[in-house]
Amino acid sequence: MSDTIGIKTIDTAATPSPWQRVPWRSIAIVFPFLAVFIALSIGSPAFLGPQNIGNVLDRQSGILIVAAASTLVLIAGGIDLSIGATYMFTAVVCGTVIVRVGGLTGAMLGIAAGLLAGLLIGLANGLISTYLKVNPLIATLAMSFIILGATKLVSQFGKQGIGQIRVDFPEFRWLATTKPLGVSLPTWIALVIIVILAVLLWRTTFGRYVYAAGGNAEAARLAGIRVNLVRISTFALSGLAAGVAGVIDLARTPSVPENDAIATTLTFTVLAGIVVGGTSILGGEGAVWRTVLGILFIAMLYNGFTLLRIDPLFQGIALGVIILLAVAFDAWSRLRRR
Amino acid sequence: MPVPASAGASQLTIELRGVGKSFGGVPVLSGIDLRLEPGSVHALVGENGAGKSTLSKIIAGLYTADAGELLVDGEEQRFTSPREALDRGIAAIAQELALVPGLSVAENVFLGREPRTLGWVSRRKLRAAYVALAERTGFELDPDVPVGSLRTADQQKVEILRALARGASLIIMDEPTAALSAHDARLLHGVVRQLAASGHTVVLISHFLSEVLELCDTVTILRDGLLIRTAPAADETEATLIEGMLGRTLGSVFPPKPPVPADAEPVLRVTDLVAPGVHGVSLDIRPGEIVGLAGLVGAGRSEIAHAVYGAARRQGGTVEVGGEACPPSSVPAALRRGIFLIPESRKEQGLVLGRPVRQNVTLSNLDQVASGGWLRPARERREARDILERVTVAGDDRRHVGALSGGNQQKVLFARALQRPRRVLIADEPTRGVDVGSRRAIYDLIVEQAAQGIGMLVISSDVEEVLGLAHRILVIRGGRVVGEFAGAEMTEENILTAAFADPTPNEDA
Repeated sequence: MSDTIGIKTIDTAATPSPWQRVPWRSIAIVFPFLAVFIALSIGSPAFLGPQNIGNVLDRQSGILIVAAASTLVLIAGGIDLSIGATYMFTAVVCGTVIVRVGGLTGAMLGIAAGLLAGLLIGLANGLISTYLKVNPLIATLAMSFIILGATKLVSQFGKQGIGQIRVDFPEFRWLATTKPLGVSLPTWIALVIIVILAVLLWRTTFGRYVYAAGGNAEAARLAGIRVNLVRISTFALSGLAAGVAGVIDLARTPSVPENDAIATTLTFTVLAGIVVGGTSILGGEGAVWRTVLGILFIAMLYNGFTLLRIDPLFQGIALGVIILLAVAFDAWSRLRRR
Repeated sequence: MPVPASAGASQLTIELRGVGKSFGGVPVLSGIDLRLEPGSVHALVGENGAGKSTLSKIIAGLYTADAGELLVDGEEQRFTSPREALDRGIAAIAQELALVPGLSVAENVFLGREPRTLGWVSRRKLRAAYVALAERTGFELDPDVPVGSLRTADQQKVEILRALARGASLIIMDEPTAALSAHDARLLHGVVRQLAASGHTVVLISHFLSEVLELCDTVTILRDGLLIRTAPAADETEATLIEGMLGRTLGSVFPPKPPVPADAEPVLRVTDLVAPGVHGVSLDIRPGEIVGLAGLVGAGRSEIAHAVYGAARRQGGTVEVGGEACPPSSVPAALRRGIFLIPESRKEQGLVLGRPVRQNVTLSNLDQVASGGWLRPARERREARDILERVTVAGDDRRHVGALSGGNQQKVLFARALQRPRRVLIADEPTRGVDVGSRRAIYDLIVEQAAQGIGMLVISSDVEEVLGLAHRILVIRGGRVVGEFAGAEMTEENILTAAFADPTPNEDA
C-alpha cells in the first residue's frame, strides 16, 4: 500500500486548550448547587443540621428514584409523562392489596403488586411508543389519564368507607421507619438504585446503547443496535422506579390522598430536576448524577425558602426561572459547539 | 440557450483585502486577498479544513471577519447577518438545503416575500411572479409541487430561484453537485453557466476537480487557511490543483486493483431480491472482489444495500453469505453473518455525532470490548486506538466525532467496519464530501480489505471512482440491474448509456 499519501489529517479543532476541554455543559449544575448549598449553610443555621438534611433526603428519596430512571428514558430519546400517575397507581395497588389481605403476607404481596404494576405500565409505555409508533410525549400523556382513571377504580376496593386508603400497619411501615446507621431506609434504597442506574448507564453496553439510541437512532439501528428494545427497557425501568417510589412513599405517609395534582407535580418536578441537571430533552446526552444534583438543587431551594421564611409563592416562580435558564444554557452550548 | 442579462441583476464586484478569521484562538483564515468579477464563475478549492467554507460564509454574512475588509463595488461593508449580505445582492446556498418540504415550489421561492393583496398572499400573483422568474432562468419546475417530493437536484434549483427572487447578483454554492447524479450535475452546470452569462457571479466550492476545471473561469486554491494562488482555470490542470491543495503531489488517484481468486465460490449471493425500491435484484460477489454499483441518484442502489444488510424490509428473494441464508429485516443477523454497511450519509445514518470518536468506533462491536455486558474501558481504548491508527485518524479519540472533518468521519466509519473481520463490506458513497487527501486513504482501505479476501460492494455516483476501484460494475436503474460490465467493457460511456437507457427512469415502477 502506498504510504504517506492521505495520512495528513487536518483538523482545526485538533488542539483545544485545557480550558476548552473542560466539559462545562456536563458539570454546569455543580456551580449553582454549591452556591445554594453554601448560601443556605451560612444563611440558616438549621440547614446543615443532620435533622434537616436527613429529612430532605428522606422526603426526596421517592422522587430521586423516579428521576434517576427517567433520565435514562430521556437520554434514549423518549420522555415519560406518566411517571406521576404510575407512582399514584402503584401506591393505590399496593395499599389496596395490604388492606384486603392484611398482615405481613399482605405487606409483601402489596409491595410485589405495586412494583409489578409499575413495571407493566412501563412496558406498555415502551411498546406503544416504539412498535405502535406513537410519539412518546403523547403516548405517555394519554397513558397518564388512563392510569389516573384506573387509580380511582382500584382505590374503591381499598377504601374503608369514604376516607383514604390507610395502611398504618407496622408490618408495612417498617419500610419507612427503619433507620440503618441512622439514615432512613428509603434514603438507602434511593442511594442503591441511583448507583445501580448510574453504573448501568456509565459502564455497561446497555448504557452505551441508550446514549446511541437517543443520539442518533438511525445510526444506532444500522450499527446493529435494537433501538426499540433499548427504548422499551428504559420505559420499563422508569415504570418500575415509579412503582418503587409509590410503595416507599406509601409506607412513609402512610395513606394515599386522592389528588391528581400530586401525580402531575411529581412528573413536572422530576422533569425539572432532569433538565436543571443538564440532561438534554433532545436525547443522547446526560447523566444520572447530574439529575440527582438537579433534584436536590430544587429540593434545597424549597427547603431554603421554608427555613428563611420566604413566601412559598415565590418557589414556583424561582423554579420556572431556573428551568428556563437551564434549557437556555443547553441550547446556547449546543450552538457554540457547532 | 443564451439568456439575456436580466434587468434586475445588478452586477457586483466583491473584493477581500487581508481577511482573517479565528475560532477560539485557532486561526482558520488569514491574509486573504480576493477579487470576484461579475459574470464569472469562481471556484474555491482546498482540502476539508482549508478554510473554503469559512471564507464563503464571511462573504455571505454568516461570519464576520476578525481582520481585513470586505468591499462591495468598492465600498467597505461589514455584514453582521446573512440578511444584510442578501440586501446587497449576495446569497449562499448551503450544502444542507433550507427548504420547507411541505410548501410548493413557488411558495418556497418567494418564502417571506410573497406578493400580497391587502395582506393576503395572492396565489395568482405568486404564480405569475414564479413563471416570470422561471422563464428568465430556463428552469422547468412545476410551481405547485411540494418541494419535499422533488429530487435533490430540483430542490437545488428551487434554492437558486429563491436566491434570484431576492435579487441576488452573487450566488455562493457549497458542494452543489455532491449529492447529485452525473446527469443532474450536468444540468446544474448548465444552470451555473446561464447564471454567469446573465451577469451573475457564482462562487463554487467543489471537491470535483474536473467539474471545477470545466465550469469555472477562475480558481482560488486555499490551504491551511492561506490563499495559495488565484489563477484562470485554463492555466490549471487537476495535477496542479492537487499539488496546490496538498502542497505536494498526489500519486495516482486509485491504488492498483488486487487480483481476484478466479474460481472462488461467491461470498455474497443475492437472488431475486425484492424490497421497497428494489425490484428483483440478483448479484454475486466473490471473496476479494470489488463490485461497483453505478447508476443515477434514486436508481435504488442504497435501497439494495439496505435490503441486503437487513435494514429495509425484504419482501422476496434470498441473501446468502458464504452459503448461509440471512433472515430478512434483521441488522444484527446480517452482522453475525459478516455483512457490514458503511451508510451513505455519515451524519444521519452513520455516526452519533455527540459521542466521542472512540465510542463511535466500537459501537457495533461493543461485546468485543466488554465482558458480559460490562464495558472494559482499557480494552476499548486500546482497540479503538489500534484501529484508528490503521485508518490514519490522528488526535484525541475522546473528542466528539462531530468535531472531525468529513474525511476523518468517514475513516471512523471504516474503523468501525474493521473492528471485526467481515466477509462482505458495503460502502455507500464512501468519498462523498471527503477531501482529496483522505479520499486516497479511503481507496487504500477498500482495496486493502479486498486483498484480504473480503467481498466489497462499492456504491458511488462518481463514475470515475467506480471505474478506478471496481473489478466489475453493475448498473442499477429503477431498482433493477440493467447492465453488467467487466474488463475492457468497463468504460464511462457504457455505464452512462446503461444508466440513462430509459430517458425517463421510472423510479416507482
